[in-house]
Amino acid sequence: MSFPTDYKYTKEHEWIKADGKNATIGITSYAQESLGDIVFVDLPKPGADITAGKTFGSVESVKAVSDLYAPVSGTVTEVNGDLATAPEKINKDAHSAWMIKITLKDPAELNSLLIAADYEKFVAEEGGH
Amino acid sequence: MPAVEATTPAIRKTALYSVHRQMGAKMVEFNGWEMPVEYPSVGGIMAEHYAVRTGAGIFDVSHMGDIRLAGPQALAAVQHISMNDASRLAIGQAQYSALLYPQGTFVDDVVVHRLGEDEYLLVINAGTREKDFNWVRDHTRHFDCAVQNLSDDFTQIAIQGPKAVNLLQKLTNVDLSAVKFYWLTRGTVCGLPNTLIARTGYTGEDGFEIYVPSDGPTSARVWNEILEAGKEFGVVPCGLGARNTLRLEARLPLYGHEISDTINVWEAGLDRFCKMEKPDFIGRASLERAKAEGTKRGLVGLEMLDRGIARDGYKVLDLTGREIGYVTSGSPAPFLKKNIALAYVPTEFVPLGTELKVEIRGQGVKAQVVPTPFYKRPRKN
Repeated sequence: MSFPTDYKYTKEHEWIKADGKNATIGITSYAQESLGDIVFVDLPKPGADITAGKTFGSVESVKAVSDLYAPVSGTVTEVNGDLATAPEKINKDAHSAWMIKITLKDPAELNSLLIAADYEKFVAEEGGH
Repeated sequence: MPAVEATTPAIRKTALYSVHRQMGAKMVEFNGWEMPVEYPSVGGIMAEHYAVRTGAGIFDVSHMGDIRLAGPQALAAVQHISMNDASRLAIGQAQYSALLYPQGTFVDDVVVHRLGEDEYLLVINAGTREKDFNWVRDHTRHFDCAVQNLSDDFTQIAIQGPKAVNLLQKLTNVDLSAVKFYWLTRGTVCGLPNTLIARTGYTGEDGFEIYVPSDGPTSARVWNEILEAGKEFGVVPCGLGARNTLRLEARLPLYGHEISDTINVWEAGLDRFCKMEKPDFIGRASLERAKAEGTKRGLVGLEMLDRGIARDGYKVLDLTGREIGYVTSGSPAPFLKKNIALAYVPTEFVPLGTELKVEIRGQGVKAQVVPTPFYKRPRKN
């Protein structure tokens, strides 16, 4: 499994693509594979604040609910409306099915996230059973 | 004296465990058993559920238990512990029932099969194997009847769906069109003589359950032959995930959820399987009292009206936000394309159309009481 090298990652399997003071967030293809068919996504509204390490929503498969953890702090500017009616887009292409766009509160927070190579290693170890 | 450590029992595996692993199944621990929850290679839960509703799916249900009662007083023994009326069973007929505590609450639900003149097979849940066997043995001691635990003797495979009969017919010499729903027979299946074939299941579809010897090679051979024979019908292997969504759509109870040792027969809405007019059985007196006093709560079907999925254990609220009950089982319904649930609510909220809320991550989300079963298979005859 490969992960875009221009994204950064969390151990909770979120990805973030930063662009100056803005960023886009989604979940990784490893996450969607573990979840199975995604049937429901619960996301914050534009204007809501998210805090690094805290939950900002949830994603559900038939069997389970999984919390979404904010990789960084910021304010939501846009929410991907497609996911309300077609959550399966995340299964089809998790790395392009973005969930929220934010303005970054503190771009330095990005430094503590995993680069693609380290996330790939992390996932290989986690999925080792 | 050295301290004796309590050890947790090891996780059990069915004879088909390695087959499930080979097929890349996602495994999960269920009531002490390592079982497939879904098979990603066939598309997972949604695809498996759909296959059962439109074609055929097969399930390894060997984790379920089997108790045989045989002897001159086998019927009397069954009648004593089971709430349904087993005296109505012809040889080769089965019925859904339950074993009750004296309080009228559930030890377990069970399918009672009449195998012979004085021979009955009780098929019970995986998680209650030991409890049920002990219960049956302890409460039938005074009857001239032998009680045997045959749970480890069988690999039990369920073949479910509108095409199940076509599929199984390819593998047996028995004329399956002569075996009606909830009847059983014996015949050669996959070359195995005298195999028990029951037209039973837990999916709300037509289907069969076969009981073959539980050794690894035989079990694997039969499983693979069924998949091969079923290719033309689109058969897929199905895990516990689809098993749950299928039985939920069909409003079939799951022990520990809709039925338990704190819920009685009337609350669970299982009146028609409880024959109060038959001679005394364990739990009867309490049920009579409970009926006279009136039931305080009932099991309802809920359909979510607003966005959200109700899940097991979520609180049910009235429209003012007051907590009034709880969800016993809740999930997306893959075939109906709705989010559904079963829940216990006070009697006044039971009428169809009643609007309620389910608390989902701190928010009350609107739902409505709807008729159950949520899904009924189309009847051809």
